[in-house]
Amino acid sequence: MDIAGIVSYTAGFAVMAGIYAVFALGLNVHWGSTGLFNIGIAGFFALGAYTAALMTTQPPDPAFFEDFIFGGNWAETGFLDLGVDLWFFLSMGAAAIVCGLIALGIGYVTLRLRDDYLAMATLGIAETLRLFFLNEKWVANGSKGLYRIPKFLGEVISPEHYDYLYLAVVLVVLAVLFIAVERAVKSPWGRALRAIREDEVAAEASGKNVFQFKLQAFILGAVIMGIGGALFAHNVRFLSPLTFEPLLATFVIWAMLMVGGSGNNRGAILGAVVVWGIWTGTQFLPSVFSDPNFRFFMIGVLIVGVILFRPGGILGEERRVTRIATGAGADAGEEQNGTRTPTNAGA
Amino acid sequence: MTSLSNAVRTVSARWGPFGAIAAIILVAVLIGFLPFVKMSLVVNGFFLGSIFALGAIGLTLIYGILNFANVAHGDYMTMGAYVAMFLVVSVMSSIGLEGQGLGPFTFGYPLLIALPVSVAIVAAGAILLDKAIYSRLRDRSVNVVVISMASLGVAIALRGLVQILWSGDTQQYPRESKQVFHLPMDIRIAPDNIFIAIVAVVLVVAVYLMLTRTKMGKAMRATADNAELALVSGIETKRVIRWTWIIGAGLAATAGILLAVFQAQLLPIMGWKFLIPLFAAVILGGIGNPYGALAGALIIGVSSEVSTQWINPSYKPAISFAIMIAMLLIRPRGLFGGQG
Repeated sequence: MDIAGIVSYTAGFAVMAGIYAVFALGLNVHWGSTGLFNIGIAGFFALGAYTAALMTTQPPDPAFFEDFIFGGNWAETGFLDLGVDLWFFLSMGAAAIVCGLIALGIGYVTLRLRDDYLAMATLGIAETLRLFFLNEKWVANGSKGLYRIPKFLGEVISPEHYDYLYLAVVLVVLAVLFIAVERAVKSPWGRALRAIREDEVAAEASGKNVFQFKLQAFILGAVIMGIGGALFAHNVRFLSPLTFEPLLATFVIWAMLMVGGSGNNRGAILGAVVVWGIWTGTQFLPSVFSDPNFRFFMIGVLIVGVILFRPGGILGEERRVTRIATGAGADAGEEQNGTRTPTNAGA
Repeated sequence: MTSLSNAVRTVSARWGPFGAIAAIILVAVLIGFLPFVKMSLVVNGFFLGSIFALGAIGLTLIYGILNFANVAHGDYMTMGAYVAMFLVVSVMSSIGLEGQGLGPFTFGYPLLIALPVSVAIVAAGAILLDKAIYSRLRDRSVNVVVISMASLGVAIALRGLVQILWSGDTQQYPRESKQVFHLPMDIRIAPDNIFIAIVAVVLVVAVYLMLTRTKMGKAMRATADNAELALVSGIETKRVIRWTWIIGAGLAATAGILLAVFQAQLLPIMGWKFLIPLFAAVILGGIGNPYGALAGALIIGVSSEVSTQWINPSYKPAISFAIMIAMLLIRPRGLFGGQG
């Protein structure tokens, strides 16, 4: 590969790493800040991606035996004639809203109950959505998948340089989300989430409405994942239910957050880059190391290894939660994410 | 649903947990007599439910005693099924033990030998994993959700391991097609399913006797009820935990083998796909309650099979999920009352 090839490969790599960083950021709101165990990221991933794709893809073409009916570049069907590029933003917003609504439903049912019920519910909704998109061909063309998803600003730049433009788009979205999440978790609201994560009973006793806070955090994380899904759809420009197998849509994102350092937004982004680098880099290695099954195995080992030996990940959680509390008080408490004090699971 | 749950408790107070389960079976059969429901689906649901039951009883014991949701439980099932295949196809056939189509069944006697060996291997593996991972986390007294998180890592690693060792392709135990039994009401029963039902019933009764008649079983129930009280009354928690893994992982391995026989195929993802119905059964019966898990498994098995009369069969996991959500909305402690 010549230099130009390496540069353009790196740009493509960085786009995917940036999109995964958005998911890791969303997961960090769930797990890192609040301790919500979401093992159905794939559900929000798929929902965000399909929502964005369906709003911008061209109408179904009978020549291709396409089954879906909703599809329709709403920009071209005359409804709100804003052009594809503005619809990119509208579709991203819609993806965020749809994911937020689903999170509201799941959260409302499970967040009052034991901590781990949320895990079952997210797992269930991910599988249900996958089956829905697979079987209901009229929604999104079933297993044949949606293709011809348009590029954002596709006519502005030549296709071989498009990755650079999209990289800029992803980085801008990531930066906006990063700043928003950083501000949120460092606000009194974010400190309440941490208090809930560390000791739910104590938070409840000091007058925090634990259920409300958890629900808000769950919705915020899901909204971020919806935006990530929209970014993904406009990057790969082909979606089928197979795209959202748990390995690359849930497990890898967990590995990213754990490696980078859960509870730390910079860590989430760093983890996304590192793990995606390992994941794509190992395919160039000889024999067993490039075997996808071996990489699958290593993702699991990585998660367990981080929990056992370095619960804080690479960066670890920032101990200082506010500018006001400095010194001894801010450093007090040995607990890191993996070694927190037990909460009352029955609460 | 609340009145249903009251009825369940009234029955189980008078005739014990098996009375309540007999009542559930009776109701399911009566539903099968309805003109718009196929009895064959109800019968099939019992077979599926009995496999669910073996998985769910182990899962609920681990949940109740070790206090965390073992996300890797489905992959212990997968492991059991594949280890048995390895024993039959690679080990036993190389020393001349071969055979299929034993009596009315599709599989041969090597599988009957492989079953207990595979159970022992998976149970030993589960104890090792507990020593290497879960016991360390318990000693650090981390939040139980972190232990669940670790079990997610274990689940991924186990499935990866299965794919490395035996590839990701569909496989089968050596089998020979056999005649199915024809019964009235258009019921067709594969002989294999009778084997599945017999193994399930024997194991459920064995677990029941173990939990009620042996010292270890009583210690396990005490720990599930109140771990601290159990500890101060001199129960050896470490031994209780070891036996919980032996029973839980052993039942899971058996369930995996029976599932591979039931579906006539093995796939690395088979156990992970079972997680939703297993957790639905556990929640339906109440966490930590093995009789509840058995009842929940039968309800989930029958209702997901019967649903295929109207709904696309591939939605079966979604049906279990819907039942679980309904239960969480109406009565999160489960029909039998658990740790909810």
